[in-house]
Amino acid sequence: MIPAGFEYHRPGDIASAIGILEEHGDEARVIAGGHSLIPMMKLRMAEMGHLVDLQAIEELKGIEVGSDTVTLGAMVTQHELITHDGLAAAIPLIREAALQIADPQVRYVGTVGGNVANGDPGNDMPGLMQCLNATFDLSGPDGNRSVAAREFYEAAYFTAREDEEILTRISIPVPGAGVGQAYEKQKRKIGDYATAAAAVMVGNGTASVAMTNLADTPVWSESASAALADGDVNGCVAAMLDAIEPVADNRGPVEFKKHVAGVMLRRAIDRAQNRAG
Amino acid sequence: MNDQTLTPEERAANLKGMGSSRKRVEDVRFTQGKGNYVDDIKLDGMLFGDFVRSPYAHARVVSVNKEAALALPGVIAVLTAEDLSPLGLHWMPTLAGDKQMVLADGKVLFQGQEVAFVVAEDRYIAADAAELVEVEYEELPVLTDPFEALKSDVVLREDLEGQTEGAHGPRKHHNHIFTWEQGDKDATEAILAEADVVAEEMVYYHRTHPCPLETCGSVASMDKVTGKLTLYGTFQAPHAIRTVVSLISGIAEHNIRVISPDIGGGFGNKVGAYAGYVCSVVASIVTGKPVKWVEDRMENLMSTAFARDYWMQGKIAATKDGKITGLWCHTTADHGGFDACADPTKFPAGFMNICTGSYDIPTAYLAVDGVYTNKAPGGVAYRCSFRVTEAAYFIERMIEVLAIKLNMDAAELRRINFIKADQFPYQSALGWEYDSGDYHTAWDKALKAVDYEGLRAEQAQRVEEFKAGKTRKLLGIGLTHFTEIVGAGPVKNCDILGLGMFDSCEIRIHPTGSAIARLGTISQGQGHATTFAQIIASEIGLPADDITLEEGDTDTAPYGLGTYGSRSTPVAGAATAMAARKIRAKAQMIAAYLLEVHDDDVEWDVDRFAVKGAPERFKTMKEIAFAAYNQAIPGLEPGLEAVSYYDPPNMTYPFGAYICVMEIDVDTGEWDVRKFYALDDCGTRINPMIIDGQVHGGVTEALAIAMGQEIAYDEMGNVKTGTLMDFFLPTAWETPNYITDYTVTPSPHHPIGAKGVGESPNVGGVPCFSNAVHDAFRPFGLVQSHMPHDHWRIWKIANGLGMHG
Repeated sequence: MIPAGFEYHRPGDIASAIGILEEHGDEARVIAGGHSLIPMMKLRMAEMGHLVDLQAIEELKGIEVGSDTVTLGAMVTQHELITHDGLAAAIPLIREAALQIADPQVRYVGTVGGNVANGDPGNDMPGLMQCLNATFDLSGPDGNRSVAAREFYEAAYFTAREDEEILTRISIPVPGAGVGQAYEKQKRKIGDYATAAAAVMVGNGTASVAMTNLADTPVWSESASAALADGDVNGCVAAMLDAIEPVADNRGPVEFKKHVAGVMLRRAIDRAQNRAG
Repeated sequence: MNDQTLTPEERAANLKGMGSSRKRVEDVRFTQGKGNYVDDIKLDGMLFGDFVRSPYAHARVVSVNKEAALALPGVIAVLTAEDLSPLGLHWMPTLAGDKQMVLADGKVLFQGQEVAFVVAEDRYIAADAAELVEVEYEELPVLTDPFEALKSDVVLREDLEGQTEGAHGPRKHHNHIFTWEQGDKDATEAILAEADVVAEEMVYYHRTHPCPLETCGSVASMDKVTGKLTLYGTFQAPHAIRTVVSLISGIAEHNIRVISPDIGGGFGNKVGAYAGYVCSVVASIVTGKPVKWVEDRMENLMSTAFARDYWMQGKIAATKDGKITGLWCHTTADHGGFDACADPTKFPAGFMNICTGSYDIPTAYLAVDGVYTNKAPGGVAYRCSFRVTEAAYFIERMIEVLAIKLNMDAAELRRINFIKADQFPYQSALGWEYDSGDYHTAWDKALKAVDYEGLRAEQAQRVEEFKAGKTRKLLGIGLTHFTEIVGAGPVKNCDILGLGMFDSCEIRIHPTGSAIARLGTISQGQGHATTFAQIIASEIGLPADDITLEEGDTDTAPYGLGTYGSRSTPVAGAATAMAARKIRAKAQMIAAYLLEVHDDDVEWDVDRFAVKGAPERFKTMKEIAFAAYNQAIPGLEPGLEAVSYYDPPNMTYPFGAYICVMEIDVDTGEWDVRKFYALDDCGTRINPMIIDGQVHGGVTEALAIAMGQEIAYDEMGNVKTGTLMDFFLPTAWETPNYITDYTVTPSPHHPIGAKGVGESPNVGGVPCFSNAVHDAFRPFGLVQSHMPHDHWRIWKIANGLGMHG
């Protein structure tokens, strides 16, 4: 559990960080909270010559709650997500989900940007952001661009982000009154990835459902969402179970995971519908 | 000084002696981060060692190329079996009469086995260099199933080929280690053949791991000028380690000093000898510099001693009204690649023959077959006394299975079969003499405390609601009455590598009336410095706060066999009381001299000797201590100190009644412990607060084991649970609240009547949680299912019973 050697960089702004990435190419990786990357380095499954720490970059911090849109700096911690009352009022789903990530010590350091950018199918935020239809802002040598969360994930640890790009901000449309939200997660213990987790928004004739850790990317299902928008819960669950592709691991075999996925989704739908009123 | 205003009770309270919930003196440093663990030890010029480990579970080691590693700046040496072989240290003896490779000698037998030891100037260079050692392997067929191993042509231990006799008798197959038989086979089988009712089940207690927060490690420092070796390490038995190091290295024992500093949890994991210890010693001898080795979490889980892995086939016979008439058990014990179980020499399956439990079973038979497989060696007593938890799990499951067969309430079945209070001392059918117990009293108290009848009524209603589709949650009521056997043990039948399992205490009283005591044991969190001072305080009348406790340094502490198997209080605690009584005997003579009366004319009164019939004439222990150093007393040597080596006449037999109330979600397999009640009887209670802490910790480890913790292998022998992500350690969130309770049935043979307690909650907790899971599904037809009861295995039970529609 001892990592190989590396150079440590701590740039003060986004441009400098991108400069370091450009200089060292795939020898360099950015680090946010480090809760995924550092264990991989200690296991020597991730080795890089240059580690670019983003924590001194002020531009990557801050939560802004507007009437239509919420924006989160990439370096906002899970703890900040939980304790921001304005955010909780605008999109309660974020606090509800963040409280189910790891434990308080991890949440003091773990960031929303790291959680969504790493592409780990076990992370909770990617599925959540797909449910919320968030957009990720990326900065790179060629300037800035935005990618929808629903378009961002390609495979486990592979995303639309280029090696020399940094995910800087997340923009989320505020769902508005009448939309109920719920996050339901089964896990073996605190700190574990989900056996299955479901993020659900429903109300005002709209719906969005996404699930976590049931494929090599988060799974947002258009047909499941459409079915739920029509009030067809069974159709929604059937469509989602058709979309997920869980694999067996220590949490259990595929058969079990599919069953639990259906249970989590139904429970999330039930709570979201109740909250929609 | 002559304070006559305090009552005897007040003076006793001021001592903070036995019965006081004195706060732990150790916690001042532990809670401030000021502990001193092995990895805190830093010596001048210290080098660091790291292992190259096998990725394969079974393979030939064709070649080891060290060149690239040695070329890395800062690398001092790379040791392989070839380097250790001229010293005869490429293999080492195990505690179980087998031998074990220190570094791979031609082949590897489990994933994570040590192949080469890299020594470098710092631990980062050592880790880098370990990556550069090139090992060529040739894979061999892997055996992970002990039943398959006993049929397979694949020979795991080629070094033993042709040896039909092992350390514990005949070997029946090249992958067979021993057969151990206890009790009367023919009589038991005759009872089974004629019984009204026989229940039969396979009870599997899965492989897990003690997983102390601090992993194993050592720092060896060979002083080439003095010829003295100092070895710091995570040793639960420092004196035994000193003797073993001397025997296998040839260094004279007086030239070896072993120090166990603060130890961050042991639970049996730190009883055995590991390759890292040997390699750090050899590397220090070779380099002339101190060498540190500390394993990481994955190494700890993969390669240091596992626990359990017993397949226990059971048959239990009873009359139709529930009186048990016989018990039969055949166990297949998976010991991994080497037999490194940590048991007293004559007990290759530990005290598994306590498996008749708390019940008066007239006839019984037990056989255990040990088997080699491609898994890590070990078989330590993880927070239990030598396979007692396996025995308790076995009998407590068999009782439940029998209750189902008889269609009887499991609490009542236990009650009608308990050994009765007037039967003690009780001779068990499998050879033990239980010292004391009052099981009926404990059981009735426990059932009343949880309103057992009310719980059963609630459960019956829940079943109706479930069947009516009103709920998806079941209610399980887990019952356990366990009997432990702790305090190994009488030297006549208990030894480790020939060392009798006595223990020791030396007490020195200082002139001003304070004291230091040193013991042959070593605390790993048990709070010895707190509790043993309380024993001395009560025995000699000096305040516990004025008594320093020291353990773990073999140059200063008297010889002892260490701390495991709940033996510290039963054995070293007895030695402490006996040494204190020697001091009190001398103090009596000093007091009589000072009071100018005959020795027999003074009597002990809490903290003083007083003249009989004239209590106002007395000398306090503090006054007596000073007199011991400043008076020339005819016929008495100066000074006031004593040592006791205590060979216990028998084990102690703590017991307890545990009840768990558990909610189970049949759709997800999730569980929630609504209530856990633990009644422990450990005889005389020295520090109730520490007992509560031990129960909380032990039940929490039991929760872990029963509900998810395991060392699992795939078919290739890969460890699937090598990190704490997959190896279940409960956090505060998963840990329920516990209700603790007690009865007191002192041990008749122990000087202060105390038994052990640290391991009881693990021994009783595991079957209690498991029985709760089983009990929830009993109304739906479940008889037996294997631990660990993680979500998917519970879900599988429900699925198998057709509960998912």
